[in-house]
Amino acid sequence: MADVIEVGAARNDAPPPAGRTRRRGVTERGNRSTPYLFLAPYLVLFGVFGLAPILFGVWISLHQWDLQLPNRPFIGLDNYQDLFSSDSAIYGDWWSSVRATGIFTLFSVPLLVVIPLGLALLLNRSFPGRTFFRAAFFAPYVLGVAVIGLLWRFLLDANLGLVNRVLGAVGLPSDTPWVTDVPWAWISLVGVTVWWTCGFNAVIYLAGLQDIAPELYEAAKVDGAGGWDRFRHVTIPGLRPVMLFVLTTTILASANVFGQALLITQGAPGEQTRTVVWRIVDEGLRDYDAGRAAAMSVFFALMLAVVSVVNFRLFRYRED
Amino acid sequence: MSKLRPVLRYAVLLLITAIFVTPVVWMLLTSVKTYDAAQQVPPSWLPNPFSTYGYDRILNDTANPVLRWFLNSMLAATLHTLLVLVTASMAAYALARMRFRGRGLLFALIVGTLFLPPTSLIIPNFIIAEKLSWIDTLTVVVVPGAASAFGVFFLRQFFLSIPAELEEAAVLDGANQWQIFRQVLLPLSKPALATLAVLSFLTNWNDFLWPVYVLFSPERLTLPAGLGLLQGAYVTDYPVIMAGAMLASVPVLILFVFAQRHVIQGVSRSGLKG
Repeated sequence: MADVIEVGAARNDAPPPAGRTRRRGVTERGNRSTPYLFLAPYLVLFGVFGLAPILFGVWISLHQWDLQLPNRPFIGLDNYQDLFSSDSAIYGDWWSSVRATGIFTLFSVPLLVVIPLGLALLLNRSFPGRTFFRAAFFAPYVLGVAVIGLLWRFLLDANLGLVNRVLGAVGLPSDTPWVTDVPWAWISLVGVTVWWTCGFNAVIYLAGLQDIAPELYEAAKVDGAGGWDRFRHVTIPGLRPVMLFVLTTTILASANVFGQALLITQGAPGEQTRTVVWRIVDEGLRDYDAGRAAAMSVFFALMLAVVSVVNFRLFRYRED
Repeated sequence: MSKLRPVLRYAVLLLITAIFVTPVVWMLLTSVKTYDAAQQVPPSWLPNPFSTYGYDRILNDTANPVLRWFLNSMLAATLHTLLVLVTASMAAYALARMRFRGRGLLFALIVGTLFLPPTSLIIPNFIIAEKLSWIDTLTVVVVPGAASAFGVFFLRQFFLSIPAELEEAAVLDGANQWQIFRQVLLPLSKPALATLAVLSFLTNWNDFLWPVYVLFSPERLTLPAGLGLLQGAYVTDYPVIMAGAMLASVPVLILFVFAQRHVIQGVSRSGLKG
């Protein structure tokens, strides 16, 4: 933090030089409480809705916490045990939702790491209309999940939807059950999500590409490197930190999939596309079993933390 | 070859653009079709006849007061944005420019929550909101989201990039911290504040999961939460559903057209220091 420049006013009434004669110490920069006063409004929010819920969530998960009952007995790790013992009532539903989120994440993340990179490379040079294309690629992302959910439910409608009509017009099957049967439901959820968010990742890549010094490409050219070699040995290494960021945030976003499944496939077929987040909120806020839902949340957050740590390890390791 | 390449590039770009834009155009076209026209197989591209059927129905549906939802969303997103701007800029100023005990730890805690899936806090946050008697009120969709670490992180980075000389001059003139913050730093940070404002508005306007579970009364819903109900109420009456989706899309699309630079810059910068 050497670049943090100390600025600070002495008290209003004191002549500034007075403060400058004392060389170190907090008082030099005015009232000791000033930083905390600036922080206070945000810290209240952060404390109540950012930090407290982390601890409170763990606390809830250790109790039999029915939202509608006044009595909330401590039951230790029973809620967690329920998630792992095959004779508990929730076991089947829980692991089916883990499977759903797993499938979705497994297929959406690679596409959302690779396709946006391709888009960014296409846009990574100056030509007329570049800003327009970048905006067009990004546009779906500014629409909310509720909008894109309703829109794609309609587009993927087996009878009235545009997708089957277009496919039929070019001679492909026009009766695919996009939202009611597997594997089509998975293809729909993944495809819609790629359509919706790949412009976002492309913009992040584009910023990363523009940070790579042009001299590196020049040097590689002088050394006789072709297009592919330059991509492999200049572009990819230069993008590594950005890729790590994209990968980590995309895994987080994909693992949190909820709205698409609720609105497009509505969990169908059966409950096969019911995801973890959907299961958690239903368990906690619809069936009022907050204790069990909190245990699911804690377990889910830990799983994702492990994945993030593994990511960082792998990428760091390869950097050496 | 060298003449063909730009042509090929534009052909590819236009094809990709069509994939991104066609669904949105289809939403607009369907919203101005009649029920019968939207049921037609194969569907016709252009609305013939042009009809305000979809909009008439949702704007006169007393069970689903869409206009009210629109106003709720507008109010919530605006208040949320103001709250984020005020609290995040003050906190970011302290973190970027002041020395105090616990600064490193506090910043680490704030950044740490960026890596936590927000959905994992939804159950405790619901119970906290319930204890505050905020469930089914406007407050519950305005305030809790402002605890997000993004704004503080984003503005702190920006403040650090501003040379401190200007502030030092203000110190010599006898300005206090609040005056420096208000009269020197904030005016210099207008682009960053605009970016954060646009991103906060978009996030709040589009939020779906939280409002669906914390709002119940039909007249209290935000637009995204209400859209889910429309789907249940109108099933395959697509002009009506698409009209509802249009109401939720138009404000953010307009915002995007006018503030495109801010949105794109905000997103790009979030990746660079990740």
